[in-house]
Order: sequence, then structure tokens, then C-alpha cells
Amino acid sequence: MIEVKDIDKSFGDNDVLMGISAKFEAGVTNLIIGASGSGKSTLLKCMVGLQKPDNGLVSYDEREFTTMDYGERIDIRKEIGMLFQGSALFDSMTVEENIMFPLNMFTEQSKEEKLERVNFCLKRVNLENTNKLFPAELSGGMMKRVGIARAISMNPKYLFCDEPNSGLDPKTSIVIDELIKEITEEYKTTTIVVTHDMNSVMGIGDYILFLHEGKKFWEGSNKEIAHTDIKELNDFVFASRFMKAAKDKF
Amino acid sequence: MNFTNFGRYILLLKSVFRKPEKFKIYLKEISKQMDYVGVGSLGLIAIISTFIGAVMTLQIAFQLVSDFIPKTIIGSVNRDSSILELSPTISAIVLAGKIGSAISSEIGSMRVTEQIDALEIMGINAPGYLILPKIISGITMVPILVIISMFLSITGGYLGGSLSGAVTPAEYMQGITTDFNPYTIVVALVKAFVFGFIITSVPAYEGFYVRGGALEVSQASTRAVVISCISILVCDYLVTQLLL
Repeated sequence: MIEVKDIDKSFGDNDVLMGISAKFEAGVTNLIIGASGSGKSTLLKCMVGLQKPDNGLVSYDEREFTTMDYGERIDIRKEIGMLFQGSALFDSMTVEENIMFPLNMFTEQSKEEKLERVNFCLKRVNLENTNKLFPAELSGGMMKRVGIARAISMNPKYLFCDEPNSGLDPKTSIVIDELIKEITEEYKTTTIVVTHDMNSVMGIGDYILFLHEGKKFWEGSNKEIAHTDIKELNDFVFASRFMKAAKDKF
Repeated sequence: MNFTNFGRYILLLKSVFRKPEKFKIYLKEISKQMDYVGVGSLGLIAIISTFIGAVMTLQIAFQLVSDFIPKTIIGSVNRDSSILELSPTISAIVLAGKIGSAISSEIGSMRVTEQIDALEIMGINAPGYLILPKIISGITMVPILVIISMFLSITGGYLGGSLSGAVTPAEYMQGITTDFNPYTIVVALVKAFVFGFIITSVPAYEGFYVRGGALEVSQASTRAVVISCISILVCDYLVTQLLL
């Protein structure tokens, strides 16, 4: 479980996060949603330590992350897998080398064991036989799947996904969503997905945290989100005519 | 580079010299960088050094108008100029352009495509992994390139003098072997070491803190080369003042 308490973050005079508190349970898909500029990516970066919150605490299974020194943080980070918005694959390495990279860095496995793990991860994301391709030779969806394969290569306890569907067609988006959900349930990871994709919200949102202008506005599940009266949330979730019509019918 | 940048540069260097996660991986990276910095720059340094040596000989001969000055002095002046100034400084400035811009754009591109964030999230010390091998290759390979440059510059002087008839081979050889002070080699190697550090660490700093996209990466690359060149010239003066 990951817990954030009273997180504040500002850039100059711009208050991006104001008093955000939430608990993200293991084995369920936790979503952070909100419009562009609502602070969801900043919250994610504060949680993984890429940005330092001005105030507040982040803890991983009761281990206080924000006050840890560099060495202690490294131990936590070895338990984290992260899928970036642009995949962030190392472009000078092949798919195989990308996935093997954390294994090379942190394990003493033999080359055969590492290769076996790489092939397992690639099979898990349905990308067998792409070992020798470079990221530039992959489609957007394939890059995301390699990103997921790299993220799970070290069996992470915590999985973070920053807008995993951005730039993907709806069908591929659903494939990625389903993959994230399956991995979460299979490995009991604490998964946090930052998204503004409504298919993801409705499809995999076991727990949803809605941010609006840097504040926590609502939390609940995908089953509850259709019945809320909060105007800001409804304006965000049911922004399109199609979604409004769907809500009315629902 | 203002004081804030200088402070951030020092803090970055502090992170660079943290204990590596796995020496084997770092050694592999160091050998890759040594190949790029050293072997990859050898041709360029060879051509530049040979021609500079040849041109130096011709210019010294042109300026020696008095019959009272022996022509052997051409060899001596060429030798000392090559060892003390031309080989270390010109090589470093050329390498700042070639290697510095490559380092800055490589690390800058990694920054804007979140690859550096990915390293950090994995628990890898990104400054150490990305910058330390480059600095080590710089401080080892630049002195080696400078030694090669010295040799080729003096050889270029020999060829230039012989082919043009400005100085006979015997006079030139006598000049370069007369009153040689080995300490000049020490000064040149100290300069090469300092320059090797500058042309790898300054561009790495510029690339590491890039914000934005492709335009900012290219601007950082230009800035890296300019700052490296100025730093090289300032350090050249300081080292010369301190050691000679």
C-alpha cells in the first residue's frame, strides 16, 4: 500500500498540489484522474521522488519515503516499476537490452537466466520475437508494452503508469489497460495509473482519485463515478455529448 | 556560467562520484566512451596536429630574418610551442566541439525523453552512470591524444620544413633535440588532464539540466561548446601561470 498525506507542491507562485491525501491499496488498479494541469503527473512525480513535495508525506507499506536518505530511497526504488508517458526506452539499446538493463544492474543472474526472464516478460506483454528490435522500429503500442515489460522485469511491488494510453488508438489503449490490470491482480502490485482516458476510468478504475486545480475533489470506484453529483467531476468525465447521453441512459 | 549554475555543477559532480551500483557495467561503459573519445578522435587530431606543425615551421622560418639566428631555432621553437601550447590547447578546443556537443546532445535528448527519469526510478544514480564514464574517458584519453598530437605536430614541422626548404632536416633535428626540458611535457599533460575534465563534465552538465525539447537540446549543445572553450582558455592561462 502507498499512502500520501497532505502533499503540497508549488512552482513559484503556482500552487500545483494542495493538501492531497490518499491511500492506494495493493492488488487493485488505482487511477489518478483530472484535466490537464490538475496536478496528477506532479503528484505521481512526488510519489516516486522525481520531485520533492513542499509539505506532506509519502509512505510505501509504512516506510516513510519523503524523509529517507539517498541510500534508503534506492532500496525502495528497486521495488518500483514505472511506465512513462513516452515509454522512455533507452533508444541506443535493443528491446532485449532495455528489459535486461535493470537485471544487469541489480542482479547476479547468469546471462541465460536473464534472457529467460526477458523472454518471459516479453511473452507476458505479447511481444515475443522482438528481442533484437530497436525502439525506433516499434509502434507506439509496442513501445508501451516494452515499457511495461521493462517495468515488471524486476518483479516490482509498486507499478506506476504515467498516461499509458496517450497517443494510442482506442483498441490498443484497451489492450494496455487490460495488461496493467492483469499484472496488478496477478502479482498483487500496488498500481497507480495517471490518466485522463475515460475508457480506462470505466474499464479498470478500481479506485479513482479525482484532482481538480490541485485539490482532491473526489475518490471512489468506477461503479460510483456515474452517480456522483459533483459538477467538476461530471464536467470532466462526461465532457463529450456521447458520454453525457450514455450517463443519461445509465 | 553564473554562480547558481556553478553551484549546480559542483552538486552534479558530487552525485557523479557516488559509489557505482555495479563496477562491471561501469567498466563496459568506460571502455565504450574511451573508444569514442580516443580512437574516434584520433584521425581528426592527427590531421590538425600535422598541419599545425608544418605551418608553424613555415611561419617561424618566415619571421627569422636575421642571419645571426641559427636555423636550428626553428625546430626548438616549434617543439616548445607544440608541447606547451598548441597540442594541448588546440586539441582540447577541437575535442570540445566534437565530443562536447555529442555529450551534451546525448544526455539532453535522454533528459527530454524521460530516459534519465527512468534510470532514477530504477534506483540507478543517473549522473554516475551517464557522466562518470565520460569524465574518466576524458581525463585518460585526452592526455594520450595530446601526446600523439605533440609527436605529429613536431613531425609535421619536420615535413613542412623539409618539403618547403625552409629548414634542412638536419637543422630541424638538431633544433628539436637541443636544450629539451622534459618538464614541459609534465605541464602539457597537466593541461590535458584539466581540459579532458572540462570537455566532458561541462557538456554533461548542460545536457543533464535541459528543459524543453529539441530546440533546447541544440541550444544546450551550443552553450556547452562555448562554455567549454572559454573554460579551457581560462584554465590554460591558470595552469601555465602556476606551473611555469
